[in-house]
Amino acid sequence: MDLNDMRSIMTVVAFITFICIVLWAWSGRRRAAFEEAANLPFTEDALPGEARRHNEGKAEGKAS
Amino acid sequence: MDNQATYNYRVVRQFAVMTVVWGIVGMLVGVIIAAQLVWPELNLHEFLGYGRLRPLHTNAVIFAFGGCALFATSYYVVQRTCHTPLFAPGLAAFTFWGWQLVIVLAAVTLPLGMTTSKEYAELEWPIDILITFVWVAYAVVFFGTIVKRKVPHIYVANWFYGGFILTVALLHLVNSCEIPVTLTKSYSCYAGVQDAMVQWWYGHNAVGFFLTAGFLGMMYYFVPKQAGRPVYSYRLSVVHFWALIFTYMWAGPHHLHYTALPDWTQSVGMVFSLILLAPSWGGMINGIMTMSGAWHKLRDDPILKFLITSLSFYGMSTFEGPMMSIKTVNALSHYTDWTVGHVHSGALGWVAFISIGSIYYLMPRLFGKEQMHSVRLMTAHFWIATIGVVLYIASMWIAGVMQGLMWRATNPDGTLTYAFVEAVKSTYPFWAIRFVGGLMFLVGMLLMAWNVWKTVAGTKPYDAPVLAPAGQHA
Repeated sequence: MDLNDMRSIMTVVAFITFICIVLWAWSGRRRAAFEEAANLPFTEDALPGEARRHNEGKAEGKAS
Repeated sequence: MDNQATYNYRVVRQFAVMTVVWGIVGMLVGVIIAAQLVWPELNLHEFLGYGRLRPLHTNAVIFAFGGCALFATSYYVVQRTCHTPLFAPGLAAFTFWGWQLVIVLAAVTLPLGMTTSKEYAELEWPIDILITFVWVAYAVVFFGTIVKRKVPHIYVANWFYGGFILTVALLHLVNSCEIPVTLTKSYSCYAGVQDAMVQWWYGHNAVGFFLTAGFLGMMYYFVPKQAGRPVYSYRLSVVHFWALIFTYMWAGPHHLHYTALPDWTQSVGMVFSLILLAPSWGGMINGIMTMSGAWHKLRDDPILKFLITSLSFYGMSTFEGPMMSIKTVNALSHYTDWTVGHVHSGALGWVAFISIGSIYYLMPRLFGKEQMHSVRLMTAHFWIATIGVVLYIASMWIAGVMQGLMWRATNPDGTLTYAFVEAVKSTYPFWAIRFVGGLMFLVGMLLMAWNVWKTVAGTKPYDAPVLAPAGQHA
């Protein structure tokens, strides 16, 4: 097996890895964790008064 | 205890202010070289000739303006989404002063004609070593902060910033491999077509990771923050990230179509450039859809105008790029001003717009204020800059297609229809329009500088307290 076979194998392995990442990202059990992560920018307040505005934003998001 | 600790805003402030300063410097040099194309007599001195100022312009806007914006926003975002102050504040300060030194050295050596002649990697070997030290320090600060985070997740913006930091380290090390001859002259380790391939592997990934992944980090934080709602689809953002990682690395050969590079390599570069359309548009749609239900905010919020318009330009230039990578299209577009127009649609429309929006978001917060001094001035900046970009890219499209058609035109007997200088002559009006467009963009930056000055003058620097991650235990 020469180096070029290794290169071809690497390409296929990378492709399969990517497909697995897509399946993992779309699997239902990741939903809660992703939702938690997506709200990370809103667990902090840059200035007083911002918390209220963000909570409103979140409430809208849930309603839609 | 946590309530008494504050985030490290000092280094963010320093980088944020220098973003505006270097933006003006870099774009001013751009306007000067645009003017030199219209009025060649402006090439006053060898230090100030087009050939020396052009790399100064690209280095200043990419690494000084873009680089400072990336440092500022990544340091801000990583602290706040990890709920912990920066790791190794001393190293963070070193990255600021080290990076400013790199920029000053570039501004001195490039006009003096000291260059490796590798595009976007012109700086000579001593500066390359300094860049390496700064970059390693940057990685230590950034990843150290992620390691000591107080929340279980690593927010997606940090993935993009982290990918950008790691990849740029790899690109810089491989492409800057060079043999020093004197203090100010080195030669590349690579020769011939290998040198060309390494250079454009570097060059295109500098576009993909320095000018895209890092700024997507900005998008994934500042668009949701300013829109007041979480990103449209988090799982799409995960796939967006990995798709870019897996495909960008292959796209470089499209810079070397119809050269000595093997034909199959050119075709692989073209195919992967076409594939890139999918993740690029996925990311753009993810950013724009974050606005759904909040579109009304776009009406009177200039920061959102900048952020969302930047995504439109991101979508446009990531459609145009794959199209130009098709070999038959490239046969027309390569070496013409179309390429210049394409680059500036990305650089001004996407990179600069998202940076400007993010800096407008940051600046008041770093000085304990609710809003910038003048919202009207921000809106004026937005419209002047937008018209400037449109003038710039439209004139370069027309000029580029015209040049390509003139260069390839042949008479029935096979001789060329036009001499090269005839294409130059026909391009003059478009270079003049481009100069006006660039000048408008610069005027917008001057408005920004004035607005920033009025916002921060007389205020005290503000360091926000580190808060426990409230949402986590709710």
